[in-house]
Amino acid sequence: MSESRAPAPERAVTAGTVVVEARGLTKSYALRRPLAERLLRRDGPRAIAAVQDVSFAIARGRTLALVGESGCGKTTLARMMVGLETPTGGRACVEGLDVHATLAGPADAARALRRRMQMVFQDPFASLDPRWRIGDIVAEPLLEQGLILPAQAGERVAALLASVGLAGADVHRFPHQFSGGQRQRISIARAIATGPAFLVCDEPTSSLDVSVQAQVLNLLADLQRERALTMLFISHNLAVVRYVADDVGVMYLGRLVELAPRGELFGAPRHPYTRMLLAAVPDARGTRRERAPVQGEVSDPLAPPPGCAFHPRCPHANERCRVERPELRDSGGVRVACHAVEEGRL
Amino acid sequence: MTLRAPSTPERAAASPPRGPRWKRWWASDLRHEFVRSPTALIAAAIALLCVIGALLAPWLAPHDPSDLAHLDLADSHLPPAWMADGRATYPLGTDDQGRDMLSALLHGLRISLMVGLSSVALSVAIGVTTGLVAGFAGGVVDAALMRLSDVMLSFPPILIALLIDGVGRTIFPHARDLLAFGVLVLALTLTEWVRYARTVRGSTLVERHKDYVQAARLVGMRPWRLLRRHVLPNVLGPVLVLATIQVGQAIVTEATLSFLGIGVPPTTPSLGTLIRIGNDFLYAGEWWITVFPAAALVLVALSVNLLGDWLRDALNPRLR
Amino acid sequence: MTGPLLEVRELRVDFPTRHGALRALDGVSFDIAAGEILGIVGESGAGKSLTGAAIIGLLEPPGRVSGGQVLLEGQRIDDLPREAMRLVRGRRIGAIFQDPLTSLNPLHTIGHQLVETLRTHLPLDAARARERAVELLRQAGLPAPEARLAQYPHEFSGGMRQRVVIALALAAEPRLIIADEPTTALDVAVQAQIIRLLRGVTQAHGASVMLITHDMGVIAETCDRVAVMYAGRIVEIGPVDEVIHRPAHPYTAGLMAAVPTLDGELARLAQIAGALPDLDAIPPGCAFHPRCPKASPRCTEERPELALVQRTRAACWWPIVEGMPG
Repeated sequence: MSESRAPAPERAVTAGTVVVEARGLTKSYALRRPLAERLLRRDGPRAIAAVQDVSFAIARGRTLALVGESGCGKTTLARMMVGLETPTGGRACVEGLDVHATLAGPADAARALRRRMQMVFQDPFASLDPRWRIGDIVAEPLLEQGLILPAQAGERVAALLASVGLAGADVHRFPHQFSGGQRQRISIARAIATGPAFLVCDEPTSSLDVSVQAQVLNLLADLQRERALTMLFISHNLAVVRYVADDVGVMYLGRLVELAPRGELFGAPRHPYTRMLLAAVPDARGTRRERAPVQGEVSDPLAPPPGCAFHPRCPHANERCRVERPELRDSGGVRVACHAVEEGRL
Repeated sequence: MTLRAPSTPERAAASPPRGPRWKRWWASDLRHEFVRSPTALIAAAIALLCVIGALLAPWLAPHDPSDLAHLDLADSHLPPAWMADGRATYPLGTDDQGRDMLSALLHGLRISLMVGLSSVALSVAIGVTTGLVAGFAGGVVDAALMRLSDVMLSFPPILIALLIDGVGRTIFPHARDLLAFGVLVLALTLTEWVRYARTVRGSTLVERHKDYVQAARLVGMRPWRLLRRHVLPNVLGPVLVLATIQVGQAIVTEATLSFLGIGVPPTTPSLGTLIRIGNDFLYAGEWWITVFPAAALVLVALSVNLLGDWLRDALNPRLR
Repeated sequence: MTGPLLEVRELRVDFPTRHGALRALDGVSFDIAAGEILGIVGESGAGKSLTGAAIIGLLEPPGRVSGGQVLLEGQRIDDLPREAMRLVRGRRIGAIFQDPLTSLNPLHTIGHQLVETLRTHLPLDAARARERAVELLRQAGLPAPEARLAQYPHEFSGGMRQRVVIALALAAEPRLIIADEPTTALDVAVQAQIIRLLRGVTQAHGASVMLITHDMGVIAETCDRVAVMYAGRIVEIGPVDEVIHRPAHPYTAGLMAAVPTLDGELARLAQIAGALPDLDAIPPGCAFHPRCPKASPRCTEERPELALVQRTRAACWWPIVEGMPG
């Protein structure tokens, strides 16, 4: 993997060591089509660029939230950060180590790295093996890593369950005997079992009810504070992100279009897409404010528009937008990829 | 839950029963459905009876049908005990060699069940492993294994059996009994494993993308261990049902093969052989030589099939 | 037409199990006036989808309506035979479900599906039905509707499919539309468009809407009145602004405090202690009392009925009254 031309990731605003970095991360999927079709159509091999040239840095104890609609690549990016997917370009670094290279290398180093990073998945029903008791599920990372002896598992599991607000007596039960919110807590208990420094949360509350969501988000905030966890929080829900994030990155069709501290993003959104997203969030408590109409839908990732991928939906698009893809540029602590912002039209 | 989803409310189940495993099973819905279904109960009872009869054949059977020394040709062609000319020592009559039908039946049942169960066990072992590997590995491995299974599917078991039998006899001209048994089991296995492979491959393809598998990968579990400990338990459900039904089919296929003359030798007849032998005497009016083995065959196959059907229906709402 | 369009009175839905009947809906009553949009909001398991299913006659066995009445334009529809109910469905009540992919038949073009629906319920010949189909698609905001008629569902994006589903629901000019989580499976930007479409188009057709969702934001943007459900009962019902800003029931208040918003103070999200009760373990008296900060002995014994509190109706012995402490 080559170092990309992306600028060095910006240091976080507050002091603190950078724990997690992405440098020019790229992931393309080649589409395999039947031989006959390829011969007949004569166009070259097709590929979907799920993630393109994404760079960011997260300092210890801070949370970066990535938002975007379906197909923007945020889940693929999250998986690359923990080694579940292999980048086709760029690097993901955790505590200074290149994730992919370390995991592919000597077993000891790989194992040590796995201990330091974990993930909480979106679907509480699919993220726990339905045939395993939850005691075994939570103990699995510890036993796989060889951190404890099987005899010690009971005690550790009980402690972990307690830290997420579940009763120790539940260890013998199966996942289907718990509600969605409780299963997410079990997922979280499993994720913090090995004492990771970096936690990726992929839409952890999207399928939960509102009151349960509040419980789980509060739990995550508490755990982060207690354990100085560095978090990457993936979500499509901007309102949730506001409660959780220190910094926010907005993704569209695989690229970062805006990266800003929370206050800036919500207070003074720069990129037209960010504005559109914010305008589209149904407003549970405000008046029925009349907002700029939201336009169109996300383009087909197989055939992204030329120039700026957002231009078909953008009320501020001009000729340059249709032809030239904007780069992420820094403007007052906020990084935005937009010609209109750069040209001062916005 | 939307209007379309099954309307059983999300938490409609009562709190789960406590206690040791057997107690939990006793209180479970599955057991409850079982005792409420007359088909399941009767089928299970018959199947159980057959199995016990077969297992205890050497002790239950009044005579030993394979003991050639004790056969008395004078006792041949005797009708069942309740008919005229019948004798109490031969409750179901005798065949043309003086073999007691009841004993022959029990021993035959034993052989049929053994062949059926072992071929299914072997098919499941091969099929599940292949399916797991194909589904998990994907790519070339998957394609190769699936093409192999396509090839296997195009051969009917009878042809395979003939082929293996012929080859076997040439290679091992002296090993009669073991060869016959081996040929049968091999023939049945070779054609049936494909079904399990396909089912398991499909399920594996689904399970492998689920988050709990990703979570295990994240922790560093090696692929084989992952397959064995996480994926396998979750794909076995449909296999169980298929296997139950397959036992019935295997027994019938074995009977066909034995009927055709490939398979167990006439000295240790299976149900199929008995039927074949009896067929010759059917028109002579000595119906008992064919009818009793045939009835036994039908009973055991039917009961196992019904059990399998019931099992599939009972397990269905739990298989998501 | 005088009187409400839809009246639901003391609706009860039971699920018989071998442990006894589970009461999933316990005495649900509400009205929908002509041209009104009523939201039914609640968390999973509260019974909101079941309410919709029971009204439209799509309860899956073993669930069954075990009590109460449903009246559409003054006539009872809960005791109709299946054929009669089938005619009501579509012609007088339209339905929009959550997942547009499964709501549309993948094997037929949408033109075929629209025309078929139109001709089933209205006396139209093929040409007129086609014209009407194009008109419906245009109203639903689909560009180039004539061309779209010949396309299959998989050729549409999620948002466009949902528009087609809305067009289908409106095809036979129903008086009432039941929409169950119509925007949950869509991206947030598309969600906003669909919400606006739903509101606009139903107003244009003069139809009432029963909007079932767990998303308070969608309710706030779309509905005139809202009913909050908990454990198979309605705990509060009233005009949407009142319920959201001045909730009388502690559950509603807790729910509103737990919803993350874009404006407002950034404090820790309020949480409601505990979890929704299992159907076989619904607490006696007021179902919410184990989680309620204001619970009293009366709450554990007597089940409160909906009663007017300021401007909403709430089922609570100690409702939150503005201007009063507690």
